[in-house]
Amino acid sequence: MDRFVFLTFDGLSRGAVYAAFALALVLIWRATRIVNFAQGAMAVATAYVGYSVSAATGSYWLGFAVAVLGGLLLGAVTERVVMRLVDHSSHLNGVVVALGLVLVIQGVLGMIYGNEFRPAEAPFSREAFTVGGIALLSRFDLFVFGAVFLVVALLVVLFTRTSVGLRMRASAFAPDVSRLLGVNVGGMLTLGWALAAAVGSLAGMLVLPTELGLHPNAMDIVFVSSFTAAVVGGLDSAVGAVAGGLIVGLLLSYVSGYLGATVAPIAVLLLLVVVLLGRPGGLFSRSAARAV
Amino acid sequence: MTALLEAEQLTVGYGAAPVLHSVDLTVAQGSITAVLGANGAGKTTLLRTLSGLLRPATGRVVLDGQDLRGVKVEQMVRRGVAHVPEGRGVVTELTVDENLRLGGLWRRDRVDAKRALDEVYDLFEPLARRRRFPGHQLSGGERQMLALGRALVGRPRLLLLDEPSLGLAPKVTAQIMGLLRTLRDRTGLTVLLVEQNVRSALSVADTGIVMSLGRVVANADAATLRDDEDMRHAYLGF
Ligand SMILES: Nc1ncnc2c1ncn2[C@@H]1O[C@H](COP(=O)(O)OP(=O)(O)OP(=O)(O)O)[C@@H](O)[C@H]1O
Ligand SMILES: [Mg+2]
Repeated sequence: MDRFVFLTFDGLSRGAVYAAFALALVLIWRATRIVNFAQGAMAVATAYVGYSVSAATGSYWLGFAVAVLGGLLLGAVTERVVMRLVDHSSHLNGVVVALGLVLVIQGVLGMIYGNEFRPAEAPFSREAFTVGGIALLSRFDLFVFGAVFLVVALLVVLFTRTSVGLRMRASAFAPDVSRLLGVNVGGMLTLGWALAAAVGSLAGMLVLPTELGLHPNAMDIVFVSSFTAAVVGGLDSAVGAVAGGLIVGLLLSYVSGYLGATVAPIAVLLLLVVVLLGRPGGLFSRSAARAV
Repeated sequence: MTALLEAEQLTVGYGAAPVLHSVDLTVAQGSITAVLGANGAGKTTLLRTLSGLLRPATGRVVLDGQDLRGVKVEQMVRRGVAHVPEGRGVVTELTVDENLRLGGLWRRDRVDAKRALDEVYDLFEPLARRRRFPGHQLSGGERQMLALGRALVGRPRLLLLDEPSLGLAPKVTAQIMGLLRTLRDRTGLTVLLVEQNVRSALSVADTGIVMSLGRVVANADAATLRDDEDMRHAYLGF
């Protein structure tokens, strides 16, 4: 029982990060119908920069801010300089370019920083509080929950309560109509990529201290888990991405806790396959929402 | 009569072969012009070119004396051009209210944007009762009201309407035609009205053009077109 409680909290904490990362994937999917396979590599790149700044200045938080803002910038540049030039007649083109971007980013990171793991320190203690002898949550876990909650809340407010959010949603659903109504669709696309990449970078900063540390490939497994979370949630649904993230986090935690860490990646892939076969629209899909 | 819109020698296509061939068109300020012709004649293509969604290979569009070459689509609404596209103008994932607000987001004058939105709700009762409905839950007629209302929130000078009567009951069609008249008389709105429903279009229009295979084959008073039997038989099918 103690173990179950511990694994549950651990799973929710990991799941919160997957949720944020899945949310970033969903943001881009909704706007462009592209799965941004480069999101993990982009997040690692900004984390490297962030930790370099932390090391140089001695301030973790300055580096943290640089990583997230760097994500914003990298996302915008990726859309403007790379994705905008892609021929959008087939969605496969965007995917292929994103995969190419992964190789480029990981190669460049390897050249600059080397291919060894570097420590990624956490801003708070990772020692779990114990309540009645059961280890529950660390300060860092609380920070993760708080940060993810804040980001989700801000995105909800942005998309449902502001005119920029309305423009972004309209651009994603009906680009031509939006342009006829004076919406700068290209600008909304850039903003969407920027926000998504910033959320991805934030997720990276939250997950790297709990893994082996900084490495060009450090986010690969996180990407697979988060992609599964997004698919479980239906790829189109922000609520689904958050729920999917928590589900995948719990699954990973229980499987590694009870069956061993080596089984965990297989469990994630199994979940992906089951969902794709059983409910390809995701667990949260509303059927026929887009009737014309 | 002063011309609000002039198209000169427009040649437009989607690929190599042009769909419109050297189309000339003059639309008088404050007039309603019907654009008629069989399926595939190029009516939608003409509207898409006038609103900037398609770039002509040759020729140009002039609005109120200003050449529109190089003007981006998203700038057109700021110049007073509203295009209600064929069939699917409503963003079905957004609510009625969000769709309408979208029509006025570009406007600096927030007070008047709000006033225009309220006017649209007054004009279209069914929309006022369904503010929070997502677009995909509206009937065809309600969608058409929404698309039209959303254009009006921007207080356009020139309204490009692509088959507003498609799928509507005759009574609703008559209401929309009547509304266009009223708007023209009250606000000096200029309308370019693409219609399959030739009778109702000519009942409200001042002038009409007939298109066939990407060319303008007739350009005359609405009354003249109504009475020209040869023309009706040859191009309009009644
Ligand atoms: N996206 C497109 N790509 C290629 N050809 C197109 C495209 N849209 C229209 N066409 C062609 O252009 C021609 C004119 O089409 P258009 O839609 O302008 O006709 P229309 O007069 O609006 O017809 P309808 O009354 O059926 O709406 C047609 O032959 C059509 O096949
Ligand atoms: Mg048409």
